[in-house]
Amino acid sequence: MVERKIGWAPQGSHTLVGGEIPRVDGQVKASGQAKYTHDMNSPGTLFAKLLTSPHAHAKVALINLEKAKGVKGVKAVLALVKVGDEIRYEGWPIIAIAAERPEYAEDGLRAVEVKFDPLPHYVDEANLKGAEAAEITDAGEPLKLTRTLGIDKTGDTDEAIQSAAHVHRGFYGVPSITHMCLEPHGSHAAWKDEDLQVALSTQNVSGTATQYALPLGVDAARVAIRCDFMGGGFGSKFAVDAWDVACARLAKVTGRPVRLMLNRSTEMQIAGNRPSAFAEVTVACDAEGHLTAWESHHWGTNGPQGSTIALGMAPYLFKPSNRTCRATGIATHCGPERDWRAPHHPQACALTQTALDDLAAKAGLDSLEFFRRNLDLTNLPHIYRPELEIAARLMDWETKWHPRGQGAGRGAVKRGVGVALHTWGGGPHQSNVTLKVHPDGTIEVLMGTQDNGTGTRTCIAQVTAETFGVPMTAVKVSIGSNQYPQAGPSGGSTTIGGVSGPVRRTAQQALWKILDLAAAKYGVDGNSLFARDGRIWSGETLICTWKQAAGLIGPMPLELRGGPVTEEEGLTSQQVGGVQMAEVAVDIDTGVVRIVKMVAVQDMGLIVNRLLARSQVSGGLIMGIAYALSEERIMDNKTGRFINANFNDYKLPRMGDIGELVVEFYEPESEYNRGVIGLGEPPVISPGAAISNAVANAIGVRVPVLPLTPKRVLDALKGANR
Amino acid sequence: MDPDQTHRREPGLNRRDFLKGSGAAVVVSAAANAAVAQQAIPPQQGIKLFSAAPQSITLNVNGEDKQVTVEPRVLLIDALRNDLNLTSCKDVCDRSSCGACTVLIDGKPVYSCTRFAIEVVGQKIVTAESLHSQVATDEIINTFCKHDGMQCGFCTPGFVMAVRGFCNQNPGATQAACKQGLGGNVCRCGAYDGVLKAAYETAQRQP
Repeated sequence: MVERKIGWAPQGSHTLVGGEIPRVDGQVKASGQAKYTHDMNSPGTLFAKLLTSPHAHAKVALINLEKAKGVKGVKAVLALVKVGDEIRYEGWPIIAIAAERPEYAEDGLRAVEVKFDPLPHYVDEANLKGAEAAEITDAGEPLKLTRTLGIDKTGDTDEAIQSAAHVHRGFYGVPSITHMCLEPHGSHAAWKDEDLQVALSTQNVSGTATQYALPLGVDAARVAIRCDFMGGGFGSKFAVDAWDVACARLAKVTGRPVRLMLNRSTEMQIAGNRPSAFAEVTVACDAEGHLTAWESHHWGTNGPQGSTIALGMAPYLFKPSNRTCRATGIATHCGPERDWRAPHHPQACALTQTALDDLAAKAGLDSLEFFRRNLDLTNLPHIYRPELEIAARLMDWETKWHPRGQGAGRGAVKRGVGVALHTWGGGPHQSNVTLKVHPDGTIEVLMGTQDNGTGTRTCIAQVTAETFGVPMTAVKVSIGSNQYPQAGPSGGSTTIGGVSGPVRRTAQQALWKILDLAAAKYGVDGNSLFARDGRIWSGETLICTWKQAAGLIGPMPLELRGGPVTEEEGLTSQQVGGVQMAEVAVDIDTGVVRIVKMVAVQDMGLIVNRLLARSQVSGGLIMGIAYALSEERIMDNKTGRFINANFNDYKLPRMGDIGELVVEFYEPESEYNRGVIGLGEPPVISPGAAISNAVANAIGVRVPVLPLTPKRVLDALKGANR
Repeated sequence: MDPDQTHRREPGLNRRDFLKGSGAAVVVSAAANAAVAQQAIPPQQGIKLFSAAPQSITLNVNGEDKQVTVEPRVLLIDALRNDLNLTSCKDVCDRSSCGACTVLIDGKPVYSCTRFAIEVVGQKIVTAESLHSQVATDEIINTFCKHDGMQCGFCTPGFVMAVRGFCNQNPGATQAACKQGLGGNVCRCGAYDGVLKAAYETAQRQP
């Protein structure tokens, strides 16, 4: 008997799921034959470019497009604002021009005459006092820039701090960063009578058509969205933006397809960023190092909306019984935030776990031992405990850790190690699937989902091929179109669970129908049959080939629809824990921090593809190294401008900057049996805290604000922040 | 990749010469035609003058001669992407610092945004598209797939060409040399680990 139950096979018995399988679209990606939105060149395509505001806060005083309209090659000029409109951040789209060639569009932009009346602005995200004192108007009315996001009190924090054995007070900060998707935001739009066909660089293929309907007056049913390949989103590409609507308008007025992709500086200014968070923290523990109290006030900006990371994010992961938290949002004339990989978690993790590490130093405890002693204050101690042991072994923590600043470094170069912990949900989103088994045995899977780089196609193909016992080449996966069954947006680590769950269930149901046909044909008990290696078996007895079995469905394909999974089905779950450790080498003469080694131990339930999962984790480590060491949006208070909004001055790590990366999956049977859980967000959360803690361990002082640039390191060594 | 201008092969021109030449031609062509411009300005040694008007040129790309008509200001990246629909070279940074538009020119890796299209006439240009077809796939492509040297894949063709060029020039390179030699390309997803493994393996295979 083979039990017919929706679910995964026991650990160790899959042939494809859990394997190190190269991605099915790897060859077309690596050879550049994969067509991204950025690459759409359908015949007659016009190139569109934007003129944007150089001011952070201004009123539009004059627009004259006549000269631009006469420029050679320019086909359409569109004003996106009116005289009198208020501009609230640099990069605000003003004019869009479509032309025969990108060079002509540039010529057109240079011929546009626009004047602004500048207004006072505020962009100093770290300066709460300055924000409170700033005299800013909005729409002619005085605007208070700061607003409280609330106070959260549990227990008696004051009493707990007074009676504590060790108390630490500190200031910490994480400035804003951008998403820096290598494929900028944008679209290619073409009209066919009343139908709008859009190639959109989006994480939300199924949910974007309706966003065109209202601004364009087109029926959502007539909007076709495609996104076969997407060059990075990280949470910033869920919406149809004003410039995408402008692109469709330009296509309408010219009667030609139009492509409009943001240029790099505009991409960085307006297409999303991660909110900043700065905090004054007081934290206390008893003589054994058990955390007893946390008090914090954090503030920061997410742009004009005037918010920062959520009040409930502090303290991160470790929740002592006495805590008082306050948060203040600052409205600034900076570009608006968008979800950034693991929204709010990396900032909260950095603010919290650096403060805890400082308290551990004050208590004279090994950081690892301190975190270990307080695991009962976290959500998943049973996961963190074994993960910490694995990480410590891989890092050789016991040998490498030393009391702060007392390592046996050579000359000016000091080494240190640090640790941090994180959690994330990663439950499945709501996705539907159509699965067709053709009479020749090939299988088609259609889903209106997308691939952010995770390997969505590959995972769907693996799960399908595994279920039918056929090679992955027998499976055709079609994604990236809203003409396919509706699937959830790819954000929050929801995709791999969200697609593999419905695909597994629907494939199992289709297989059982075919096994019943085979049972009837060959006179065996259907419940004894299973599919493996392209054959149908009853125990050790070969019944028929998969092709013969599939042929029994008749001339038409067998087509099944499947809906979203529920947690009760056991295919997916949520809430994972991860642990990371960093080893750094810091030159105390120059302030340069180098990553020697990073260790990541990560739980993700059942692993679908080890090769791709490894890429997700090492990618998270590298993005973490970026915001920990070099990446930062720098706003100029005087001009209100984002002065490093370019690839040269906004520093990302290169291949030589990442050190040795060790990725270890935590997948005991207990975690495997939970089913698939998403992995995109978790590994990017801990690096800031782990690296900052390693630097403090190396040099003996805390560098309080990320990224740990040479200047900040040298300032900390000089005692500038004491 | 090759910042040292002296390594450039003829026929080429340096950017300063080009700007002098094109600027002069543009100024004069407002009143006269390009031929007059050539006469109106006394020829200086080593300086080439170009009309601002579109001109028909032949680019040798992936082993084939291709005709395009472009203004002298059109960059190689734009001619490849917009005129020849070879979109493997990606336009990412707008300022020659990310490597996503890397192609091979006479075997060397070059950012295609640092050359004008008219500048590379007579040179052999190779783009990533040439490394994979229905009939044949270059080993480097499969090596990138094997080590998953990609996530979203947008920087990947540029990296593939950078690795190809680097390994051509540095057979047997060490891991440390690979890291240093491939510092001209940026990946945001963080695929460096897989790219490094692919680069190292390719370098060891290189005769």
